[in-house]
Amino acid sequence: MPQKTDNKSVNFVRTEAAPLLPPPASEAGITGWLYQNIFNSMSDFSSPVATIKSVLMGLLTIFLLYVGLGQFWALLDFSLFSAVWSAPEGVKREACLTVDKGGELPSGWHGACWPFVAAKMKFLMYGAYDNDQLWRPNVTALIGLIGLAWVMIEPLPYRRYVGAFLLTIYPLIALILLTGGNFDTDYNSVTVITILGLLLITIGRQAAAGRMGQTAGEFAGMFGTFGWIFIAYAAVNATLGVDFNLRQIGTNDWGGLLITLVVAVTGIVASLPLGIVLALGRRSHMPVARILSTVFIEFWRGVPLITVLFMASVMLPLFLPEGVNFDNLLRALIGVMLFSAAYMAEVIRGGLQAMDKGQFEGADALGLSYWQKMRLIILPQALTHVIPGIVNTFIGLFKDTTLVSIVSIFDMLGAVQSTYADPSWGTPVQDETGYLFIVIIYFVFCFGMSRYSMFMEYKLSTSRKN
Amino acid sequence: MAKAEAQNIDRSKMKVSDEVVVSMSGVNKWYGTFHVLRDINLTVNKGERIVICGPSGSGKSTLIRCLNRLEEHQVGDINVHGIELNSDVKNIEEIRREVGMVFQHFNLFPHLTILENCTLAPIWVRQMPKKDAEEIAMKYLETVKIPEQAHKYPGQLSGGQQQRVAIARALCMQPQLMLFDEPTSALDPEMIKEVLDTMVALAEDGMTMVCVTHEMGFARKVANRVIFMDEGQIIEEKEPEEFFNNPENDRTKLFLSQILNH
Repeated sequence: MPQKTDNKSVNFVRTEAAPLLPPPASEAGITGWLYQNIFNSMSDFSSPVATIKSVLMGLLTIFLLYVGLGQFWALLDFSLFSAVWSAPEGVKREACLTVDKGGELPSGWHGACWPFVAAKMKFLMYGAYDNDQLWRPNVTALIGLIGLAWVMIEPLPYRRYVGAFLLTIYPLIALILLTGGNFDTDYNSVTVITILGLLLITIGRQAAAGRMGQTAGEFAGMFGTFGWIFIAYAAVNATLGVDFNLRQIGTNDWGGLLITLVVAVTGIVASLPLGIVLALGRRSHMPVARILSTVFIEFWRGVPLITVLFMASVMLPLFLPEGVNFDNLLRALIGVMLFSAAYMAEVIRGGLQAMDKGQFEGADALGLSYWQKMRLIILPQALTHVIPGIVNTFIGLFKDTTLVSIVSIFDMLGAVQSTYADPSWGTPVQDETGYLFIVIIYFVFCFGMSRYSMFMEYKLSTSRKN
Repeated sequence: MAKAEAQNIDRSKMKVSDEVVVSMSGVNKWYGTFHVLRDINLTVNKGERIVICGPSGSGKSTLIRCLNRLEEHQVGDINVHGIELNSDVKNIEEIRREVGMVFQHFNLFPHLTILENCTLAPIWVRQMPKKDAEEIAMKYLETVKIPEQAHKYPGQLSGGQQQRVAIARALCMQPQLMLFDEPTSALDPEMIKEVLDTMVALAEDGMTMVCVTHEMGFARKVANRVIFMDEGQIIEEKEPEEFFNNPENDRTKLFLSQILNH
């Protein structure tokens, strides 16, 4: 037996397991939480210095609580407790005026004037959209909401098909419902395009079967794809030309939340696929794809959105030939789409960059093609990595939609500001009430996106556990 | 001891035929100005088990990665399964279908379950119906002895289990040739054995294998040829007994004395 000089054995054999004990009070339960999060920094009185530090921390905590709670209380008081909730029939600004200004409220009153928002609600939501046609945006929103909820709620069946519907047929339905459809489609060109499309698909089929030689065989897939794109284009055009007996409502009459949602949703939905294509292009080994993507991204990131919108609505018509006239909203939409796609592309490229090289090699070694590798292996992982960045871009885009008001498109912010011009509701709290209302709406949307993204992150990380 | 083990394995199916699976002639490759592969000539027949060893940086991984075009060679001809390996994407994809590869770091797909990892390529590359692919996957997961993990994610498995899944995943494509790129180098000592056992079983089944490995016990046991590489060249190529007992080149002797004497 090896022994040290002091006769103590260095050998040790455990014969009983060490006992498992409950954690001390500072580690668990409500007391633990309070201790760790609040009192930990102010409960050390072991030395004069520590005591001073604890006391200062205590004072700071009390001060912050005072300021924070005070602000919170003031907000609650303004928006709820002191607010005017209803006005008698026919009474407008007088409902929200103090005695000094000719109203009935006590002097020094300060609160929200909700009847003002209620009176302007239609305008804030739809702009100057025809009053008797409001069911059209409502139905559009309802279909969109139901579809979106369906896609987001896990246990529901056919989510994939609902998603496909939302991305393909729904935009068409929305466009027809909101504008009224009945565009002047040239049915001759639709016919020509359909025939061209069918021709391309036939060529593609023949080429794929190897009946048109080696070179054509390699492009078979491309022929087929273009054929289907032609057909889809023709189908959309033909549908838009149909007279559904809806009154036509120009986009000049749209406004408020309707515009905000149209711009934001179009930008969000279009930016993701466009961004993916651009990100892949920028990492491509093909010089043409790489250069085009890089130039595109750097151009759109290099100019402010206000400039883009301004160019689109004011300058572009000057360059276009006489008679060619794009819709003002459409031009703004395209600008927002391309702009957000460039940002999205860089976020997604970050995710691609973070991918382990082994994942590419693993997919390659199994014989997957480039697109299979990207779709099945790389993108699902890369996009998961950058969910926070993607949602960041979405939220930024949602809030940037307010910029369209500089090209005289009245989104929610523009709408609320234009209601201030109505003298019959002119009160000192008019501005505050109006802004508070749209703050709440913006917050609900942005906070919702934020929470959903956190839910997604949690879900994806627990299902993988690595 | 090594000899006793060598007799322990079933050699009844381990037959080398005349059919050539891989032929490399005059292959050279550079990384920039660095000459990584120098005049490589190698023929692998069906049923051979080849072990490639050598010091790090000797080009052994690069060599086998050239066989399925994870690396591109600049000069020389590589022919896998009668298909010329050139920049033609079709040829490359065809070769990759027939060549399975196992990596040092497993490279499993962490967002897919074990079963999905195994069925992915058969479904998408071989266009196999999902049911058949799952049947085959379960068969191979049983071969590597982890069918019960089929519905877990790679992150929930130990390193040895992950590497066995990686072997099963490659086998699901029913390849003609298996490449192993240091399959045990990233594993704890306790897990090396389970992976090596799987590889031995695979060899006993008659699979053609090219393995880059430092497991000399494995080389003795199953290899029919050992190749020693240094500075991008093949230095010595022998049957295992000959290789370990009578190395001729000084570099080989040095290498063997360093890895065997401790």
